Amino acid sequence: MSQILGNLSILWQAPVFNLSLLIDGLMIGAVFALSAYGLALVWGVMNVKNLAQGDFVMIGGYIAWVMSLNGIHPLFGVPVAFVALWGFGWVIYVLIIRRVIDQDLFTSLLATFGLAIVIEQVLNILFTSDTQTADAGFDSFLLFDGLVTIPQVKLIGFILAAILALAVILFMKNSRMGQAIRATAQDERAARVMGIDTDKVYAFTFSLNAAICGAAGALISMIWVIQPFFGITYSIRAFVVVTAAGFGNLPGVIAAGLGMGVIEQFGGFILGAEFQQAIVVGLLLLVLIVRQVQQARLRQVVQ
Amino acid sequence: MVFTKKLVFSSVAAAALLAAPAAFAACETLTLGSAISLTGKYSTNGHHAKNGYEFAVKKINDAGGVKIGDKCYNLAVKYYDDESTPARGAQLAERLINQDKIQLMLGPYSSGLTKAIAPVTEKYKIPMVEAEGASRSLFNKGYKYLFAVLSTSEQYLASSISLAAEVAKKAGKKPGEIKVAMAFENDPFSLDVRAGVVDDIKKFGMKIVIDDKLPRDLSDMTPTLTKVKALKPDLLVVSGHSKGAATAARQIGEQNVKVPMVAITHCEAANVTGKFGKTVEGFLCPTQWAETLTYKDDLFGSASNYDKEFKGAFPSYADKLVPYQTAQASAAVYVFKHAIEQAGTLDKEKVRDALTKVNMKTFYGDIKFSEAGNNIAKPMVLRQIQGGKYNVVAPSAFASHELQWPRK
Repeated sequence: MSQILGNLSILWQAPVFNLSLLIDGLMIGAVFALSAYGLALVWGVMNVKNLAQGDFVMIGGYIAWVMSLNGIHPLFGVPVAFVALWGFGWVIYVLIIRRVIDQDLFTSLLATFGLAIVIEQVLNILFTSDTQTADAGFDSFLLFDGLVTIPQVKLIGFILAAILALAVILFMKNSRMGQAIRATAQDERAARVMGIDTDKVYAFTFSLNAAICGAAGALISMIWVIQPFFGITYSIRAFVVVTAAGFGNLPGVIAAGLGMGVIEQFGGFILGAEFQQAIVVGLLLLVLIVRQVQQARLRQVVQ
Repeated sequence: MVFTKKLVFSSVAAAALLAAPAAFAACETLTLGSAISLTGKYSTNGHHAKNGYEFAVKKINDAGGVKIGDKCYNLAVKYYDDESTPARGAQLAERLINQDKIQLMLGPYSSGLTKAIAPVTEKYKIPMVEAEGASRSLFNKGYKYLFAVLSTSEQYLASSISLAAEVAKKAGKKPGEIKVAMAFENDPFSLDVRAGVVDDIKKFGMKIVIDDKLPRDLSDMTPTLTKVKALKPDLLVVSGHSKGAATAARQIGEQNVKVPMVAITHCEAANVTGKFGKTVEGFLCPTQWAETLTYKDDLFGSASNYDKEFKGAFPSYADKLVPYQTAQASAAVYVFKHAIEQAGTLDKEKVRDALTKVNMKTFYGDIKFSEAGNNIAKPMVLRQIQGGKYNVVAPSAFASHELQWPRK
């Protein structure tokens, strides 16, 4: 308890640390938001809860890592992973997802869970279980006498994440395919009646999701560490973010991702790192309770 | 009963002889058993351990095998892949004992697997010498057939605390004025390491200013390091497997954190010198064993000789450090050879009794088991990263280099 108060007083007496935590949180949240964003698409459009989400992220990470081993700067891993995972996502859709999409919830959960295990083990066989990290060779910007540091690689990650998210939002709003995706999400049958090839829409959505995850993974390999079995972290976070924001709400997903990053940082600072995740999950619970109450009120009105 | 035991041994020996004819026809074969992680998340270290076992078996057989009276036995090891899962490890231990009739066991990789297998070997009263399970929870269960050649996990970073006290005294400070920041992963191994550190901190009356437990599945410690920047501790200790080491090394650099003394575990496993060479200069890294230590024995020679010969036998290690996981695995086989020869029989109870009396010097360090089965004769050594190299700086009896303090 005294440590918690002590930590609070640090934030009070040296406000510069608030800024430091805020910046770190936003930069971290941006990466979480990316993989959550993909999940929101797949969940919303296809009603498939993809448990292999984090493992797509890891594949992207390994692509960037392998490139850095071969003397190519891992930043180029971002577009390469995007394209490679696009192809991978399409193959997975044709082989597996297409067959489970009309089935009930548990079939798609089981199928993607199995997929997650296969990906983990294949990565493990290919790259061993060592923790890896791609060195981007960047420095940090030092502000306020070095009290606030902005690692350049995180800043670049943040900017790339923002560009990618913006591009996807614009694409969904303006392009023909984007319209088709939104139409399919609203009512699959009606969309089909209107001449939309929903199978193509699903394949596209799933590939796009895999591609976004791949790009996120490439960033993660430069910012943190990758390991064949670390994917689950990103799966869980993506689920938390999407559940909190609601999957029909893409800007909401991004806001929730960023918010989660910031809250984690402050929670970790004040209460200790061990509460970092408890805070996130606790917050999710709060959001769900509030929603429940709101909806109960709505239901009464309808009655 | 004695008769069946003999029957078991001779049948195992006969089967093995049929499988490997001619080469060592003069000696019978004695097969040890081990469930080891060849696939799954521990596979890298599982292979390191297996290679250590294999190398020791080869050295022992080349030197004439295990001698009992005028008979000799060539060693062999029967391996099963436990897939890095404790439940599978326990099953395979049963299988080794019941189906393959193994009477002497070598340990698996990791504390978790050892914890799963020890109750099985205990049930069948099969002596197990293990080299890769350091958790102290293995040694407070009253196991009678479990012997570990390595130092237990609470010793890993404890020596960094006494080193900090030593340095403080030299600088004219009282140990009680030293502020320590701790960040440990929230898993049994790292919390064991933490327990040892906390004990020593209390002993010196130092002050703990940060005591964070890093979540297992997250590779981020920026909030902890932000606190470190605010509170300016004299010593920062971090432990969280290779993920923790890599994360700490990367983020200490990124966040421009300046602490005069930093001690972390798993430096080698995370290859921090290769990946974050600039940042990790001056870091202290504990190790079970280093090839620069002055230990030696008759079979393997000196520690550096072990290093050289092992690299000769396994060329894939030629351009990296031989991990201590390998060295201690070899030491475990060597301990078995010694104990069997002391017992003068293959009887498992007698071998077990001989193990309790082991007091030997090896290339890996001195080995003498406590009542609980852990090795109490070998200290952990601390190495400091100096100019990209790991140099032993503590304890002073083995130090090859001076401690550089404060680190830049």
